[in-house]
Amino acid sequence: MTILRILWAGFTMNIRQVVRSSLFVFTSVIEPLIMASIAFYTAKAGGRPEALFYLAIGAGIMGMWSTTLFASGGVVSWQRWQGTLELLVASPPSMLPIIAPQTLSNACVGLYSMTATLVFGRVLFHIPLHLAHPIAFAFAVPVAIIAMGLLGLVIGASFVLYREANALSNMLEFPIALVTGILFSTSVLPGWTKPIGWILAPTWAVRVVRESALGGDPLLPFAMCLALGAAYVVLAMWLLQVVERAARQKATLSLA
Amino acid sequence: MRPALRVFFVGGLLSYRALFNWLTPWILVPTFLIAPLFQILLFAYIGRSAHLESDKFYVVGNALQYTSLPCLFAMANMLGDERWSQTLGILLSSPASRLALFLGRSLPVVLNGALVGAFGFVAGSLLLHVHVPLSAVAPLALVIVVTAVSCTGLGLVNGAIGLRVRESAVSSNIVFGLLLVICGVNVPLHELPGWLETVGRGLPLTHGIEAARGLADGASLSTVGGLVATEAFIGLVWGVVGCVALRLLETESRRRATLETA
Repeated sequence: MTILRILWAGFTMNIRQVVRSSLFVFTSVIEPLIMASIAFYTAKAGGRPEALFYLAIGAGIMGMWSTTLFASGGVVSWQRWQGTLELLVASPPSMLPIIAPQTLSNACVGLYSMTATLVFGRVLFHIPLHLAHPIAFAFAVPVAIIAMGLLGLVIGASFVLYREANALSNMLEFPIALVTGILFSTSVLPGWTKPIGWILAPTWAVRVVRESALGGDPLLPFAMCLALGAAYVVLAMWLLQVVERAARQKATLSLA
Repeated sequence: MRPALRVFFVGGLLSYRALFNWLTPWILVPTFLIAPLFQILLFAYIGRSAHLESDKFYVVGNALQYTSLPCLFAMANMLGDERWSQTLGILLSSPASRLALFLGRSLPVVLNGALVGAFGFVAGSLLLHVHVPLSAVAPLALVIVVTAVSCTGLGLVNGAIGLRVRESAVSSNIVFGLLLVICGVNVPLHELPGWLETVGRGLPLTHGIEAARGLADGASLSTVGGLVATEAFIGLVWGVVGCVALRLLETESRRRATLETA
């Protein structure tokens, strides 16, 4: 019961905080529109108007990913700046139920991105928003959010040791978008990059949403999102133990 | 004259160092060296997938666009950081020449922007096997510097916004994103709606990128000289607007006592 209360409090508190940040609004709403505009104009100029819905979903997932990454990278830094990181580490619950709801809520806020991008595409580019499997789509979006939120948990956990975590999280945005094929087909990438994409949630998140919306078999990406999510939780638990102990031993929790 | 020069050079250098927190210069690496490379790669692969333009198009466009990153963010952050460290009031109540104060802060930023652009250009070309004629290297360096100066002009306007807006990172991000869309960085200008193309032609970067693409395709500097001159002129106009806006908003902030709160 206590754990559930911690999870819920962390989730709602974080949402209240981030939706009041104009930088967060930029990341979750305006940035995906910028990416979507480039993708739409590129597709139209390249004579592929049929790809617009495909790209709209990609741009929406890109926004979700950017939001998750930016906020998850900042989870620990913000606590450090506010002087609450030591209190959280010293409190009886482990760090996992404290950080996990925050990264999950960050991913949820990314829903703004998906919605804004689809509305933008519909209004300005007249993209037909016909869903091939509406029920599958209704399940696909939350599963995509959970998978990316849990990847955010791993990122947040690994950033405990770094003071300038936001510089790192900013840097990771495009590399991960590149290898996961959020905005284009990974068939144009070199073969060696594919296994890297397979272990990253955005690869499967974009696939599960696309295959539910455009038609296809969303089962494999659906299962992969869940499996990777579980693996991320295990990895994050281990990482948090290691980095928390290291930071306490070196007395660098507040200084990193 | 001497105090103005000291404010220009020493003040500019100190302010620049402070931007990166002094103790952790390593954050320059992910921000200025790794991020632009992946932006180039991402858009080059989007372009390949859409069969729109060559890799050279994206390397030139994105490398030059990244010159604007330090120019926009540093110019806005220099005021935001002064406010954060509670020195903005002291700085603006000093009798120091405002021109020396703000232009001095621009100089390291121009150099930074030019270096970032040059690095992106060289590294992107190597990674994507883009060939550029040897004779184009020096003119390209000139275009990169002119583009960095021009973007710093726009950065001054962004810095002025920082006097009125507390979270200047948002305005910097928005302008950076707009430059990405409407300056012909990743989408040829003629593919954009007419009004967007017109806006793009009034912004820094657009003519610099066009000139750099011409040079990379083998054109001579004299052929693209008009574009380079236009880029410099646009930067100058934005710079003058920025200096005037800084002066006006400073006066306004003092009148309303909103210097520290924005």
